[in-house]
Amino acid sequence: MAFTNEQIERYSRHIILKEVGAKGQKKLLNAKVLIIGAGGLGAPVAMYLAAAGVGTIGIADADEVDLSNLQRQIVHQTADVGKPKVQSAKETMEAMNPDVKVITYHEFISSENILDIIKDYDFIIDGTDNFPAKFLINDACVMAKKPFCHAGIIRFQGQLMTYVPGKGPCYRCVFKNPPPKDAVPTCKQAGVIGAMGGVIGSLQAMEAVKYILGVGDLLTGYLLTYDALKMQFRKIKLPADTHNCAVCGDHPTITELIDYEQAECDGTGL
Amino acid sequence: MAEYNITDSIDITDVNCPITFVKAKIALEELDDGDILSIRLNDGEPVQNVPKSIKEEGHEVLSLTENGDGTYQLIVKKVGD
Ligand SMILES: [Zn+2]
Repeated sequence: MAFTNEQIERYSRHIILKEVGAKGQKKLLNAKVLIIGAGGLGAPVAMYLAAAGVGTIGIADADEVDLSNLQRQIVHQTADVGKPKVQSAKETMEAMNPDVKVITYHEFISSENILDIIKDYDFIIDGTDNFPAKFLINDACVMAKKPFCHAGIIRFQGQLMTYVPGKGPCYRCVFKNPPPKDAVPTCKQAGVIGAMGGVIGSLQAMEAVKYILGVGDLLTGYLLTYDALKMQFRKIKLPADTHNCAVCGDHPTITELIDYEQAECDGTGL
Repeated sequence: MAEYNITDSIDITDVNCPITFVKAKIALEELDDGDILSIRLNDGEPVQNVPKSIKEEGHEVLSLTENGDGTYQLIVKKVGD
């Protein structure tokens, strides 16, 4: 596949980079990334991956755009209120870059459909806002041997980590089980500063791009945390021992996907 | 001017920086180690920057000659896969 003159111009700042070049840009154009959640995290991920020319982007979300989303979910516009989020995100991505094919999944991700949805993708982004979805995505990616980038945001804090099969701990290695429902933040605590999705979601997009290009070091084996008020990033080394993990360990006790019940105001990740 | 066994030729006189270098880089990526690329480029900024940038990428500049019409011919040997 040869680049058109428009593509040479559009991707020139990528192609100039030694780590990308024409070969790397072709990898991006041939890559398939699935974004689960078209919210605060999914919005910048969708936009940066579309702009980068990731050729196939899947986006899954059951919700419609609400006015209260617009403070942070920058892929949606005021005129999109009431529209399915996946449709609104698709329109934004396609308007940004006609090279991108967007596949929408206007449905809740559950144990019933997740394996079927993730199977066609090279890399998965967890942009969800609740613990049941995060554990479901982790377990499904471990079982299907798919790399993914987890992230969560709340108030002035954010975190992310990347799982690549065989290259370090999974989300469950670190967090074991969803917190009890009464430990999940209440509605009053579930605020989030809008730019937090931009910071952490952009880092997730960066992980996806690096994974596709095969360059640099991923956040495998590390949890990166960001405290906006202290303006502090911390890269925490995770225990390398995955042997006893219930899903990715040597003798997994979780061999089927679990649909945990979601707490009333679980807004982890928002 | 020495004769080279040219593998491919491109003309970048119709574009500006940095697309000049981008087009040369894409053409070089398509070639194999040791292949020769001939590039027609404009005087001024392209002649000052493109050969330098190509050298920085690790390729070998074999010659740069004036065509007499305000353009130059740059002959580059690809180094690496
Ligand atoms: Zn694990």
